[in-house]
Amino acid sequence: MRIKAQVAMVMHLDKCIGCHTCSVSCKNVWTNRPGTEYVWFNNVETRPGVGYPKEWENTDRYKGGWVLRNGKLHLRAGGPVSKLANIFYNPNMADLNDFYEPWTYDFQQLHKREKGESIPVARPKSMITGKYMDKPQWGPNWDDDLAGGTESVSNDPNFRKLQEHIKLEYEKTFMMYLPRICEHCLNPSCVASCPSGALYKRDEDGIVLVDQDACRGWRFCMGGCPYHKVYYNWNTHKAEKCNFCYPRTEAGLPTLCSESCVGRIRYIGVVLYDADQVKAAASVEDPKDLYESQLSVFLDPFDPEVIKKAQEQGINHSWIQSAQESPVYKMAIKWKIALPLHPEYRTLPMVWYVPPLSPIMHHIANEQDLSVDGYIPAVDQMRIPMEYLASILTADDTHQIRRVLLKMTAMRIHMRAKTVGGVDELKKSQLLKEANTTAEELEEMVRLLAVAKYNERFVIPTGRREMLDDLYFMQGSCSIEDLAPPEGRK
Amino acid sequence: MDHFPLCITVLIVAGFYRFMFRGKSWVAPSTEIFEKRWLRIGSVVFHYGIIFAFMGHVMGVLIPMEVYHALGVSDSLYHFMAIAGGGLAGLMVVIGLVVMLTRKFLFPRVHAHTTGGGYFTLLWLILVAGLGTYMTLIYNTTVGEYEYRESIGPWFRSLFTLSPRSDLMLEVPILFKVHILLSFALFAAIPFTRLVHMFSLPVRYPMRAPQQYRSRDGFDKKY
Repeated sequence: MRIKAQVAMVMHLDKCIGCHTCSVSCKNVWTNRPGTEYVWFNNVETRPGVGYPKEWENTDRYKGGWVLRNGKLHLRAGGPVSKLANIFYNPNMADLNDFYEPWTYDFQQLHKREKGESIPVARPKSMITGKYMDKPQWGPNWDDDLAGGTESVSNDPNFRKLQEHIKLEYEKTFMMYLPRICEHCLNPSCVASCPSGALYKRDEDGIVLVDQDACRGWRFCMGGCPYHKVYYNWNTHKAEKCNFCYPRTEAGLPTLCSESCVGRIRYIGVVLYDADQVKAAASVEDPKDLYESQLSVFLDPFDPEVIKKAQEQGINHSWIQSAQESPVYKMAIKWKIALPLHPEYRTLPMVWYVPPLSPIMHHIANEQDLSVDGYIPAVDQMRIPMEYLASILTADDTHQIRRVLLKMTAMRIHMRAKTVGGVDELKKSQLLKEANTTAEELEEMVRLLAVAKYNERFVIPTGRREMLDDLYFMQGSCSIEDLAPPEGRK
Repeated sequence: MDHFPLCITVLIVAGFYRFMFRGKSWVAPSTEIFEKRWLRIGSVVFHYGIIFAFMGHVMGVLIPMEVYHALGVSDSLYHFMAIAGGGLAGLMVVIGLVVMLTRKFLFPRVHAHTTGGGYFTLLWLILVAGLGTYMTLIYNTTVGEYEYRESIGPWFRSLFTLSPRSDLMLEVPILFKVHILLSFALFAAIPFTRLVHMFSLPVRYPMRAPQQYRSRDGFDKKY
């Protein structure tokens, strides 16, 4: 058993209002430099829609992630030898047209223009060529709130598997938001795709990073990541990606996207896992079993055996304690209400999503007379088709989506019953049985999902520096290695 | 002919300096993100062409004539192979370079991000490769096959022993001399251009484990 700690995130989609505050705070700190104008380490997509870059879920085109052939894992885009043969041109890489051409506006025109007949206009100006753009064709969130219309929606790769009838009839239109960052996977295909070995997973917290000294700009990570969360900086000619705000998490602070989240949808915590089981867990035959097999690699942080082994392997008390209080452990592993994004890519992603409850398709008449179990069929008539959620979160397994939605519904009904009466009826109900939960568990869930304060939502142990013998000299220096001020060095 | 050691010294010293002290600039500066279709033709044709051309130079200049004779390869067969193979490789290199150069003018996104160094590299390569291809395909078939394995080959190998036999070069046609001069100037320019990426071909990639774990600098698990 090789125990490793992983800093992971849960996003509770029910609370996401699609305001893009996370994207903007991330952008302003990490990707507002030349070469990264088109880069969004964090972005929020309206679903259904094509996403960013366009159709990133289309694995036939970008060939990201892993596939199972004869029981063994292979990179979908081909192994090292075929990558070396294709090193002069990367056929699977998205280009700027798949992202968008970033632009700014000629604001000086508003200040400086002579008085005239017409109102001065700030024309869009490309940040790539520096030339005026007559008509921007696509941008980040061009299809926000379904404004891409049928053109964008029908190109959503998740629709290919769905029946035609639930697509886009006006009365049945549905919408949800999907905020995305790097998944910091347990089995990252970007790391395996890097010819230079520049991408790596940090041993102590599982954050996936790019070594900027080792990166030679071969760009296989871009298509190799099925979530398309590794980007090419055209100024430095190197790969860049979400770094989970490690200078902040090392100090015990949440990432910027989490800190600034208006809906407080994000939770950060530590999970312990067995690194020896990762390969086997990613190699199960049926993609629908990947969710369960992914759960099987995690270790119970309360198990004395696990605690003993973890300490032997250099995980200290504060990290184990954080793993015990981890909101991620509770939501993803204990209550199983958070699901991984596209488990079928076999990367074992570490950003989890609580699927959104949505309005019920048909109006429930006489809700006051409805018995508790009357809500069970209602769950099956949610406005967002269960098949659609399943194609994003559970490799098309609608049973898991239904299980989570039932649990979330039961939680709401329980809280309502506590106020207006009917807790006893709920306790005996089929709903509680089908949701496989208890009233006590539901109340714990409510605490974390609805009331939890900052310290409960973000349980992040500080990065360990006690082994450095020159801490006195390091004080006041920046935690980003090599960029520290010279006075912070011996 | 005294400047050849200088060129190689510049290549090694400046290359070492850049790798050690300007390491973050040691990249393959791709513009694929701006344009893909022309790059596919230009880059692939050029790179495979230049690998063939490199192997051709090894066969023609590094491997002594006696080895071919010992293997029973007749001079006429050798020259036929050299003209056909070398000509094809040379054409690939030149065509690839011309496509890549045209691409730089054709697409505004690519044009905006091409530096003087980028143009210099492409133009110099076109000069060297164009001359080489001309010598292989046209000179050899019209003026006459030149047996460089008796003059340029031994001279080039003598450079490695640091006792250059410059006398061998006296009778060499001027075109060949210009080709050699331009090439050595190009070698000296390598550390200052994008060409450094040729030394970073990741040949060790197939040998390493797919997943890489690394600890932060100074992280010690014993504590």
